Amino acid sequence: MEFTETQINRYSRHILLPEVGGKGQKKIIQGKVLIVGAGGLGSPAALYLAAAGIGTIGLIDSDVVDLSNLQRQVIHQTPDVGRPKVVSGKEKIQALNPDVNVVMYEERLTAGNALKIMSGYDVVIDGVDNFPTKFLINDACYFAGKPLVHGGILRFDGRVTTIIPKKSACYRCVFKKPPPEGLVASCQEAGVIGVLAGIIGTIQATEALKLILGIGRPLTDRLLDFDARRTQFREIRIKRNPDCPLCGERPTITELIEDGDVGGPTCALPGQRNL
Amino acid sequence: MQVTINGKAEEIAGGTVLDLLKAKSIEPQMVAVEVNDTMLERTHLETTQLKDGDHVEFLFYMGGGR
Repeated sequence: MEFTETQINRYSRHILLPEVGGKGQKKIIQGKVLIVGAGGLGSPAALYLAAAGIGTIGLIDSDVVDLSNLQRQVIHQTPDVGRPKVVSGKEKIQALNPDVNVVMYEERLTAGNALKIMSGYDVVIDGVDNFPTKFLINDACYFAGKPLVHGGILRFDGRVTTIIPKKSACYRCVFKKPPPEGLVASCQEAGVIGVLAGIIGTIQATEALKLILGIGRPLTDRLLDFDARRTQFREIRIKRNPDCPLCGERPTITELIEDGDVGGPTCALPGQRNL
Repeated sequence: MQVTINGKAEEIAGGTVLDLLKAKSIEPQMVAVEVNDTMLERTHLETTQLKDGDHVEFLFYMGGGR
């Protein structure tokens, strides 16, 4: 492919970077990123990836925009309340950068559709708000062999990590299974400081771009935890767990399953503030 | 003795990882525990004795995103 003059202008600040250049920008333009959840984390990730010129962005979300989403889900605006999030997201992405092809999946990710949807993408971004789906994304990326950028936020805390299946620690290497039902407070109860979605979501977008460009050192085998009250990042080293039920030596999960009930959104745990 | 818990040095009485969780009122099912960069099986929480200088990480589930 050759750049148009408009593209050279639009992406000039990328092309100037020796690590990106024209060659890297072409990789970005050919890149395909799947964003699961067009909400808090998905919004900034989608907007920055669109601005960067990612060729195809897939958006999965079955919800409509709610007024209470607008405190953090910056891709949606007040007139979007009541509209499907994927439709609202696609409009904003294409207003920002008409070059981006947006594929809308107005549905939930399930064990039945995950591998088929993921097969067309280079990188998957986790922007969902419930544990069963977070585990499903982790497992599906493992079986599909797709790099995953995992993110989570609650209250004033955020976490992000990159998972390269079969090469680096996966979510189940750390958390074997979803927390027991009923012991987990809902997102609505726990609350979240809105800007946290921007901080974690843009780190997820950065990781996706690095993976597509093949530059730098990915956030693998590390959990990056952010505490907004102290404005402090902390890196926790993790490693592949031989006892991991998914990617360990004696896996017990050998096909895609739905682990736990995808009931309400969950994000916080009682007792967390004891530390 | 002194151990590092989530990056902060703390003086503790000693005992097992489970004792430490109990002292902090943390439900073991709610947390993944790493000692010196190795994940602990839940079944090993009560058999793993903490030693002076250990690095302990309590990793809580963080599931939000929307």
